[in-house]
Amino acid sequence: MGWFFRALNSSIGKKFVMAITGVCLLLFLIIHLVNNLTLFGGPELFNNVVKNLETIKPLVRVIEVILALIFVFHITNAIRLWIENKKARPVNYKINGSSKNSDIFSRTMFVSGSIIFIFLVIHLRTLWVAFNFGHPKAVTHEYFDILVEAFSSPIYTGLYLVALILLGYHLYHGFQSAFQTFGWNNKKFFPLIKKLGLIYTVIMIIGFASIPIYFFFFYGGNV
Amino acid sequence: MSGNMNLTLKIWRQKNANAVGGFETFNVKNISLDSSFLEMLDILNEELELKGVEPVAFEHDCREGICGACSLVINGRPHGPLDKITTCQLHMRHFKDGDIIWIEPWRAKAFPVIKDLIVDRTSFDKIIQAGGFVSVDTGGVPDANAILISKESIETATDAAACIGCGACVAACKNASAMLFVSAKVSQFAVLPQGQPERYLRVEAMVKRMDELGFGSCTNTYACEAECPKGISIRNIARMNRDYFMSKIKSENVEM
Amino acid sequence: MIKLDSKIPPGQIQEKWTNHKFNMKLVNPANKRKYDIIVVGTGLAGASAAASLAELGYNVTVLTYHDSPRRAHSIAAQGGVNAAKNYPNDGDSIYRLFYDTLKGGDYRSREANVYRLAEVSNNIIDQCVAQGVPFAREYGGHLDNRSFGGALVSRTFYSRSITGQQLLLGAYSALSRQVGLGKIKMFTRREMLEVVVVDGTARGVVARNLVTGEIENYSAHAVCLATGGYSRVFYLSTNAMYCNATAAWRAHKKGAVFANPCFTQIHPTCLPLHGDQQSKLTLMSESLRNDGRVWVPLKPGDKRKPKDIPERERDYILERKYPTYGNLAPRDISSRAAKEACDEGKGVGDTGQAVYLDFADSIKRLGKKVIDERYGNLFEMYELITAENPWEVPMRIYPAPHYTMGGIWVDYNLMSSIPGLFVLGEANFSDHGANRLGASALMQGLADGYFVIPYTIGDYLAGTKFGTVKNDNPEFKKEVDNINDLTKKLLSIKGKRTTDDIHRQLGRIMWNKVGMARNEKGLKDAIKEIRDLREEFWQNVNVPGSGEDLNISLEKAGRVADFLELGELMAVDGLDRNESCGGHFREEYQYEDGEAKRNDKKYAYVSAWEYKKAGDWKLIKESLNFEFLKPTVRSYK
Repeated sequence: MGWFFRALNSSIGKKFVMAITGVCLLLFLIIHLVNNLTLFGGPELFNNVVKNLETIKPLVRVIEVILALIFVFHITNAIRLWIENKKARPVNYKINGSSKNSDIFSRTMFVSGSIIFIFLVIHLRTLWVAFNFGHPKAVTHEYFDILVEAFSSPIYTGLYLVALILLGYHLYHGFQSAFQTFGWNNKKFFPLIKKLGLIYTVIMIIGFASIPIYFFFFYGGNV
Repeated sequence: MSGNMNLTLKIWRQKNANAVGGFETFNVKNISLDSSFLEMLDILNEELELKGVEPVAFEHDCREGICGACSLVINGRPHGPLDKITTCQLHMRHFKDGDIIWIEPWRAKAFPVIKDLIVDRTSFDKIIQAGGFVSVDTGGVPDANAILISKESIETATDAAACIGCGACVAACKNASAMLFVSAKVSQFAVLPQGQPERYLRVEAMVKRMDELGFGSCTNTYACEAECPKGISIRNIARMNRDYFMSKIKSENVEM
Repeated sequence: MIKLDSKIPPGQIQEKWTNHKFNMKLVNPANKRKYDIIVVGTGLAGASAAASLAELGYNVTVLTYHDSPRRAHSIAAQGGVNAAKNYPNDGDSIYRLFYDTLKGGDYRSREANVYRLAEVSNNIIDQCVAQGVPFAREYGGHLDNRSFGGALVSRTFYSRSITGQQLLLGAYSALSRQVGLGKIKMFTRREMLEVVVVDGTARGVVARNLVTGEIENYSAHAVCLATGGYSRVFYLSTNAMYCNATAAWRAHKKGAVFANPCFTQIHPTCLPLHGDQQSKLTLMSESLRNDGRVWVPLKPGDKRKPKDIPERERDYILERKYPTYGNLAPRDISSRAAKEACDEGKGVGDTGQAVYLDFADSIKRLGKKVIDERYGNLFEMYELITAENPWEVPMRIYPAPHYTMGGIWVDYNLMSSIPGLFVLGEANFSDHGANRLGASALMQGLADGYFVIPYTIGDYLAGTKFGTVKNDNPEFKKEVDNINDLTKKLLSIKGKRTTDDIHRQLGRIMWNKVGMARNEKGLKDAIKEIRDLREEFWQNVNVPGSGEDLNISLEKAGRVADFLELGELMAVDGLDRNESCGGHFREEYQYEDGEAKRNDKKYAYVSAWEYKKAGDWKLIKESLNFEFLKPTVRSYK
C-alpha cells in the first residue's frame, strides 16, 4: 500500500483529498439546507422532523462521525497544503499583482475556510450541542424555540450572515475547483460547470440566509 | 510614435545566491516610447558601466518572445502589465513619464536567485529529465506518415508544446506551483500516439520530481494561465490530474 | 602549414555516403563507454549530436552558456524544415533537393556534402515525428507541407510558425533523456573559452563558469563545437543577444581554419530600427511579400504621411527593377534594393532606415478576411512592436543580418583542421555555399547531429591512438593562465567607452562596408577602421566588476573582442573574392541589370583562412569540383 499513501501525499493527491472531501461537504450542505427549510413549516413540523431523527439515533451518530472525519480531512489537509505552499515561496514579492491575474474567491480559500471553521465551532456549540446535550427545550422536543432563541441575538445572527458570505466565496471556488482537480475540465463542459457552481452557491446562500433573517425579523426574540 | 520619458526604477539587487538582497533606486532619462522594456534596462546598464558600476544582471536572449529566458516581475506581474507577451515584447509606450516601476526576480524556493534579477531555473530541466520525452533512439523509427495523427490532436499537442519554459506560471502562482509547466509537457505527449507507451510512467515520474524540487501545489487560482505568455490552458493541468489518477488505477507500477 | 583534405569519398554522388558509412571504422559497443566526447552548444546540432552519441554509449559532456539547453537560438526559427519526402507527389526527390540547395548556394558548396544533406533529410522528419514533434497535419492525419523560397515543390514541414522551437524541444527532450539516464553530464552557464590541443589533437576545452567565474577544465577524446553563427558581428541582427563567435573564433586561433567568412545572409523582411536605443531586430515571415508591395517616396526626404503621397509620387522599387518577380524577388536582391533606396535618402519613418510594405491594394482586391487569415498574427505582432496598425498604415520593413553561411572549415566528416575537433550546424561552413535557402538551416543542424556525426566520430575514435590526457595536463594549465590574463586585462582598462558602444560602432562599419553591397574601397576602409577600433577597445573600454562572479559586462567584452578580429577577416575575405555570388555582392561585379556576376574560373573555391596572428591570415584554397551539376548563372528573372 506504499504506493497508495505516496499518491495521497503527492501534490496532486493532496488536492484530490481536498476535492473529494469538498464534494462530500457540498452534498451534505444540500441535505442540511433541505432539513433547515422545514423551519418554514412552523414549530410543529420542524419539531416532529427532529423528533423522528431521534428514533434513528445510532444511524445519525454514524453519519455524524463520518461527516466529522470528512471535515477533519478537509481541514487538516488544507492546513498542510497552506504551510507547504507558503514554504514554496520563502521571499514574497514587494508588489502583489495577484488581483490582476486571479479572482478573490480562489485566493482567499484559506482565509474564508478559517473563518468558516470558527463559525462552525460556534454553530455546533449553539445548536448541535443544544439539540443533543440537555438543553431544557430539547428535552421537551421544542427545538424550534431553541432557534428562535439563538437568532434573537443580533450578534449571532450577524456573524451567521457574515460567515455565509464567506461560505459563498468558498463554495463558488470550491465547486468548479473540484472538477478541475478531478480532471473534468474540457472546452465543452467546463463553462457549464462554472455556471452550475454559481447557481449552487446562490441557492445555498439564499437558502441558509433566509432562516436567520426570517427568525430575527419575524420572531424578534419572542417565543 | 516618438517622444521620450523619465522613469524611476526600483530594482532588486543581490550580489549572489547567498547574499542579502534589497531594492535600489535608479533614474533613467530620455527613454524612447518605442524602446522595449529590456532596451530601457540596457540604457540603464550602459550608464552604470560608464560609471564603473556593475550593471543590473537580468536574463534575456532572443528578444522576440520564444527562448523563454527573460523573466521579470514588473509592478507585481510576471512579464509586466500586458497579457500573453514576454518581458522582451513589452514596450515602454505602455508606461507614463514619471512612473515608478518595481522590478523583481521570479520568487520561488525552486528558483533561487543567482544574482540581481537572474534566477536558477534548472529545476525545470530536471523535471523534463525525469520523463518529459518519448524514449526513442536516433534511427530505427518508422516513416513519418506511418503514424497518423488527427488534426484535433495535433492542435491540442501544439498548444501545449508552445510552452517556452520561462517559469512565469511559477512566478505568478501564489503557491509557486509548477503544474502548468509540467502539465503542458505531459499533455503534449498524452494526446499523441507516440506518447502512449510511457503515458502513465511519464506523469508519475514527472510529478514525483516536481514535488521533490520544492514547488507548491495547485490551488486552481488560474493565475498561471492568465500570466502565461503563450496562453497555455489550465485544461492541461486537468488532463495531467486525470492521467495521474489513471496511472494509479491502471499501471501496476508500485514503485512510484 | 596546414594542408586541407576534404576527404570526399569517391564514386557516384548517390553512393558516396553509403559507401563511406561502410568503409568507416566502428567502435566496439563495449568500448564506447571508454570514450569521452564534449559537445559545446545545445542548439539543433549540439543537442541532437549529444543525444545520439550518448545513445550509442559514449560518455558525453555538454556545455552551454545558457541557463538551460532549451534556450539555444535554433528555437527562434519560424518557417520550417525541408525534406525530400515527396509526400505531395509534386516531383520532389533527393536529387531535386540537392540541386535546389546547391543552386541556391550559388555553386559555392561541395556537391558531396549537399547531396548527403538531401539524402538524410527524410530521416530527420521520421526521427522528429517519432519524438513527438507536432508537425502540422492534414485532416486525414498525414503530414502537411508548405512551399518556400528557392524551390518549385512543397517540401517544407512545419509546426505553425514555431518549427524551430518544436524541433529544438524534440532534440532537447532526447538530450534530457540521456541526462536523466546519466549518459550525458550537462553543464549549464559555462562559456567555452579555449580548445585544448595536446600533441596536435583536440583533447578538451576550458570554460568559464558564468556564475562563479571559475575557469574549469574538461578533457575528452574528441570535441564537437555546435556554437552557431556570427551575425552579431553586425551588432543589430535577428540573432539572439547572447549569440557570439567566441568558441569558434578561439578554435580558429588554435589552428582551425575559417572558411568563407564573408558569406552572410541579410534577410529583407525585418522590423525596422526605431532609433539608437535598438538592441536587436525582429524577423517577419518572408511570406508577407506575397501580398505586400514594397515602395518608397519618389522624392528623397519626403516626410509626408504615406496616405498623403499620391500613386505617381511613389516608387515601387522591386516591381520597377524586377518586373517578372516583382515583390517576390530573391532575398539578396530585395535587401539590396531597400538599402539603395535608403542610401538615396528615400527611406521612410523617423530614422529613414525603412521601406514601406503596403497591403492596401491586396486588402482592396482580396478583402480583409483573406488577408487576416493569411497574415493576421503577423499583423498583430507588428502592431505589438511598432504600435502602428498595418491595416491602416503600410508596414515599415528593413533588411537585417540573420545567418552566416561561413564558419569553421570542416571536411566531409565534419572534422576541422584540428584533428578531433568537429564542428556542426551553423558554426561550420559546409552546406549552404554563398546563400542559404529558407528552411534549410534546421535541416542541416539536425542532419549533422543526428545522422552524420554519430558515424564519423566513431571512425575518428576507432582510428586514433590516444595517450592519456586528464584535465590536469599542463596544456590545460596554460590555457587557464591565458584566460585569467585576458580577464585581468579587460577588467583593468577602465576606459571611457562601454562594450556595447564599441560593438555598435563595429556593427555600423560592418553594415555599411561589409554588408549587403561591398566594394574594394569600402572593404579596405573597413579593415583599417576595424583595426583602429580594436586598438581603441583595448585601450578605452570600461568593464566593471570582477572575474570571480557572474559578470555580464565581462562576458560581453570577451565576445566583442573576438568580433573585432572576426570582422576584419570577413572584410579580408570579401576583398579577396573578386566576384559576386549569393550573399556576397561586390558592386564591381554585376551584370547591367544588377544581377550578381559570378566568376567560376577564378573563384570556384572555398576560401579557408589560417590564423597567423591578429590581423594576419593565410589563404588556403579548397577548389570546388562540380562533377554532377554544372554551374549556371543563377537567374531568377
